Amino acid sequence: MATLTTTVPNAATSVELNRRRRMGFVFIGFALLTWLLFAVWQGPEAEAITTFRLAPGGPNSPIPPWEFNALNGINIVAGICAALGAFQLVRGFGRATSTVMWLIVILFAFAFLTWAASGKSLNLAGLLNATLVRAVPIVIGAMSGILSERAGIINIAIEGMMLGSAMIAVIVGSLTNVWGGIFAAILTGALLAYIHGVLSIKYKIDQIISGTVINIFAAGITSYISAKFLNTYAELNSPGIVKPFPLPLLSDLPVIGTILFKHTWFVYTMFIFLILMQIGVFHSRWGLRMRAVGEHPKAADTLGINVIRTRYISVVLSGMMAGFGGAWFTLGSVGRFDEMMTAGKGFIGLAAMIFGNYSPMGALGAGLLFGFADSLQTKLAILKVPIPSEFLLMAPYVITMIALAGLVGKAQLPAAGGKPYDKE
Amino acid sequence: MSEQKQSSGDILIEELNRTNSSSRIGQLGQLVLIPILAVITGLAIGAIIIILTSESVYAAFGNSIGSGLGEAFGVVYEAYWALFIGAVGDPAKISAALSSGDAEAVRRAFNPFSDSLVTTTPYIFAGLAVALGFRTGLFNIGVEGQLYLGAALATYIGFAFTDLPPILHIPFALAGGLVGGAIWGFIPGWLKAKTGGHEVINTIMMNYIAIRLTEWLVKGPLQRPDAQNPISPIVLESSQLPKLFGDPIRFHIGFFIALATAWLVWWYLFRTKMGFDLRTVGANSNAAKYAGMNIVRSTVLAMSLSGGLAGLTGANEILGVNHFFVSSFSPGYGFDAIALALLGKNHPLGVVLAAMLFGFLRSGATSMQLNAGVPVDIISILQALVLAFIAAPAIIRTIYRLKEPKESDAMMISAGFGD
Amino acid sequence: MSVVLELKGITKRFPGVLANDHIDLTLEEGKIHALLGENGAGKSTLMNILYGLYQPNEGEIHVRGKPAKIYSPSDAIDAGIGMVHQHFMLIPVFSVTENVMLGEEETRGIGGILNRRSASKKIREISERFGLDVDPKAMVGDLPVGVQQRVEIIKLLYRNADILIFDEPTAVLTPQETDGLFEIMRSLTAQGKSIIFITHKLKEVLEVADNITVIRRGKVVGSTVPDQADSNKLAEMMVGREVALEIDRTPPTVGDTILSVKDLVLLDDQENVAVNNVSFEARAGEILGIAGVQGNGQTELVEAITGLRNTQSGNISFEGKNITNASPRKITQLGTAHIPEDRQRDGLVLEFPITDNLALQEYYKAPFSKGLIMQDGVILENAEKLIEEYDIRTPSASTSAGSLSGGNQQKVIIAREFTRDIKLLLASQPTRGLDVGSIEYIHSQIIKKRDTGTAVMLISTELDEVMKLSDRIAVMFDGEIVGIVDANTVTKEQVGLMMAGAVEEAMEAAA
Repeated sequence: MATLTTTVPNAATSVELNRRRRMGFVFIGFALLTWLLFAVWQGPEAEAITTFRLAPGGPNSPIPPWEFNALNGINIVAGICAALGAFQLVRGFGRATSTVMWLIVILFAFAFLTWAASGKSLNLAGLLNATLVRAVPIVIGAMSGILSERAGIINIAIEGMMLGSAMIAVIVGSLTNVWGGIFAAILTGALLAYIHGVLSIKYKIDQIISGTVINIFAAGITSYISAKFLNTYAELNSPGIVKPFPLPLLSDLPVIGTILFKHTWFVYTMFIFLILMQIGVFHSRWGLRMRAVGEHPKAADTLGINVIRTRYISVVLSGMMAGFGGAWFTLGSVGRFDEMMTAGKGFIGLAAMIFGNYSPMGALGAGLLFGFADSLQTKLAILKVPIPSEFLLMAPYVITMIALAGLVGKAQLPAAGGKPYDKE
Repeated sequence: MSEQKQSSGDILIEELNRTNSSSRIGQLGQLVLIPILAVITGLAIGAIIIILTSESVYAAFGNSIGSGLGEAFGVVYEAYWALFIGAVGDPAKISAALSSGDAEAVRRAFNPFSDSLVTTTPYIFAGLAVALGFRTGLFNIGVEGQLYLGAALATYIGFAFTDLPPILHIPFALAGGLVGGAIWGFIPGWLKAKTGGHEVINTIMMNYIAIRLTEWLVKGPLQRPDAQNPISPIVLESSQLPKLFGDPIRFHIGFFIALATAWLVWWYLFRTKMGFDLRTVGANSNAAKYAGMNIVRSTVLAMSLSGGLAGLTGANEILGVNHFFVSSFSPGYGFDAIALALLGKNHPLGVVLAAMLFGFLRSGATSMQLNAGVPVDIISILQALVLAFIAAPAIIRTIYRLKEPKESDAMMISAGFGD
Repeated sequence: MSVVLELKGITKRFPGVLANDHIDLTLEEGKIHALLGENGAGKSTLMNILYGLYQPNEGEIHVRGKPAKIYSPSDAIDAGIGMVHQHFMLIPVFSVTENVMLGEEETRGIGGILNRRSASKKIREISERFGLDVDPKAMVGDLPVGVQQRVEIIKLLYRNADILIFDEPTAVLTPQETDGLFEIMRSLTAQGKSIIFITHKLKEVLEVADNITVIRRGKVVGSTVPDQADSNKLAEMMVGREVALEIDRTPPTVGDTILSVKDLVLLDDQENVAVNNVSFEARAGEILGIAGVQGNGQTELVEAITGLRNTQSGNISFEGKNITNASPRKITQLGTAHIPEDRQRDGLVLEFPITDNLALQEYYKAPFSKGLIMQDGVILENAEKLIEEYDIRTPSASTSAGSLSGGNQQKVIIAREFTRDIKLLLASQPTRGLDVGSIEYIHSQIIKKRDTGTAVMLISTELDEVMKLSDRIAVMFDGEIVGIVDANTVTKEQVGLMMAGAVEEAMEAAA
């Protein structure tokens, strides 16, 4: 055959270079910020000691607290960040760049804690444990979003699906047991998601509007039933809760055991889902087809993949995941239903999905970060840090907007997201 | 402006014709018919929910099917009648008051009606905000946040500037509301134009930022000096929107400001060349760019204007009704506004009519809860249903066996996130 | 020779249109059967029926003598039918392997875990057997168009398709790449595959086909073999009347330089260099053709000239005035008109009425606006005048642009752009997707514009169109103008070689 001399001009090299440099400057920016904020501007006394407790229970705990000089700690962290940034500028981390980015975020958080707890004592193990707990609904919400949006259906109704299933979980849980409640919650999520699917896939209405319909409907129906029944019949609103289940052996591990292995089954199940999804989305037939439908439905159709059915399945799975998350609010946490109790967690889940670049592991990272901000704001008053807790509560939203603006690399959005599939 | 003499009905018809060409009469019929059927269907499903959640109906069915059906009819009648009286007024009282000729009695009899107009007012502003965004191809789901910012700034101007006459203070405070909301709309607009960050996500995020920010404001800088709880000082009387009747009738001039604003938005969108810019950008931003229009400016301007209208929503509530700021004072105007903008086909006149429907329903719902024991939240359910039916007219057409119009009228507003 | 595929009496009605009217077609094993027809003749509809994307109202499909029920693409795949679509059905963010295996995945273990290695191996075998060179691990979005087309072909072979449909496969290729494709097609038929080749290009049909079926307005108007046909006869069958394959035009009266581009460098949306160091001039009364395969920088070049894309370096001037990075509106006001390459996306607001679309360039100034206020009466008068003058077929001036046919949509744009006082016309793909009647009309309008002293730039990937209309031809390859040649003396083969970047060979061919 004839030789084809066509080549791709400069195949993406300049983009790679720009991104590498930009990330390098971001890393160094973090180093400077850490140093200026926590060491120079509001720096602790030179001899101030930071104490991190590593186990619950007061001073009698078996594990000794971790004590070090606050200023040194902050300087070391700033130094590490700067070194990472310098390496990124000169050589580049290549494919590991995003991992390093996460490392920098963790280091920054560590410097913040060191500064906040200088001259005081902070229960680090407890804080991290709470971080994980508060990350649960966010990560589940993000996974719910990934399931649907990877197939091209934007799902802003996660909030509503969680709210609706949280209430059903309570009612069914009160009438049967908590497991029945969880089952009913998952069904409720599936049902609401199916409605979202019918509206946006069959009737092709704008997916944002369809999601808004679900959100308003869920808010209305839960408040209605709550006002009409749950407030009068208290026995319908007392399902009990899923008790924590310390994993044998693992929960005895020092520090790690406290943080990771003394949770309820909700937390463990979340991790199982995360692993399944990470493999499923990127390395299974199901995931390949789902992503194909989200990227280029027509191409998938011409290869004999049923686009409509794939989208329905994805959106219903998304709803089941949201339903599971909804059950956490009531059965996994407080054991009763309150009006509007999801309080925007579904939307933070959406934010975590975007910040985590539509990948389950990214969602976990983002969820933990947001959960950290959430659990930290409860400690600020104790630590007497002069930052209003509202500002920490805002942080996830601000971070997501920054991420969306592409300052730290653009998210890879499914190309066909939001568009209904029309055969012709 | 010689053309301004047309009646509003003519204008609506003309506007509808601008966008819809073939089989005008059939389409026009459906344009009016579908919203009406959507509302009726919503009310019917609401009735079913009321029946299904009524203990007395179940009890009556326990006796006999006949008494069950009777009771079912009874509870729905009771609820919707209470809704009607709460929204419009009791016909018996009105006619009695009219025949008595006592001005005070007449005022009181019409109080439910005027109170519904008070509830309608914020819906008009918020609906216009969403509709203006839609017309420019922008989905402003952030009206809720923008109205909080507008309200906070209007509150501050309302209590901090003393010794201003009302003629200056009221416009100043309203302008503050406009600016507060406009800033909160400007940011996602600018991000969309400059970075492509999708306005839906950004405005959702900014809703929560606004709520947290105003929570903090009202706990700190804006807190009432002598108060323990997070509330702002009461705005000065010179900044309050005047009430047209004496207390306890809440009716204030905000309703007329809202109507004037609706007219202004219509004039801007459909009569001026700047409005043509916005509508062209909304309908096809590529073609607008090729025609030399400035997409960045239009996008930023539209989001700012939309945010400004949202800010007026908040300012109107503070200056006209609440008179002080407290966090979470809005019952979700920003989200309801999406439904009513679509119900009004993103046309200012349609928005006013849809806002009145929502206002009267909300206002009447309070009396329904009190007198018939049906929680006000039934209105939210109703709104969700109406929104679904309006956005997917095919559902309504299937139920009522209407013919499909030639051109598809499914709602597509936001482009994909990938764009 | 056995028959592998038979279409009998296929009829497809769309609301108001009879797209296929009792079409019969017989495909023999190991043959290339060309389906020839102009745009809108119903070729694609027929193939979409064969591929299960549409259902016919009447008619039967027989595969290897047995009636086949094809309700979906998977039925078609099962029947051994595969299709290379005109717009590639590839997912840019997937690798070659993933694109090929999608729908027919190799898996291992439980839960359907993908086995990319074994799929890659199979792809390598196919590419060796049929001479389709491609790297299974490459991201499809990074591959050039010609290679992407090979991936499409591999997709079919991976599914063991033996009836292959090629839908306008040469539209995106250089003449040399086209020759390469024809070689691949011949090698496929030599190994027993049968091919339906859909095209509207006469010469290609005569070159590669074994059998020819011509369809017009949804009907088969004739069947023939290349030996018994010639271009003029086929063209007449295709269009239904005599067509002038050559166009009458007088030599140009070249005037002053209107547009001058110097050392222009542009980046595309991904910040890669799209236009590299380009210089040329466009002169009054002359048509400058820009030839090149899609995606070699033409789009970006036009965007820069019209102010829609910022320049990296270099200079653009209009009648001596510097317009580098000037706003689109300023450039328009100086006297530039632009027929955009995608008329529905960039040229029209489909849901707006014709009236507003015809005023889209000048709505903001008198007489269309007075002060801030738009003058609807004037806009309507203007529209009615232009509809008459340019013979735009529409029920009324307030009809939405979206409900017009493609040819009439293009007339709306031409009416809007040509009635202004313009000195430079940029026509990008002005006839893409139009029927022959509309093409003739638009060509004659462009020449008329040239003859009244306008500088015209014709940017087209249809080499025949560029050759037919241009006075000079600039050839773009890989972001550069590899040569500017006199259209009267250059041959199609030379331009083709230049389009593939082989400038020296082109010079040799000239010698």
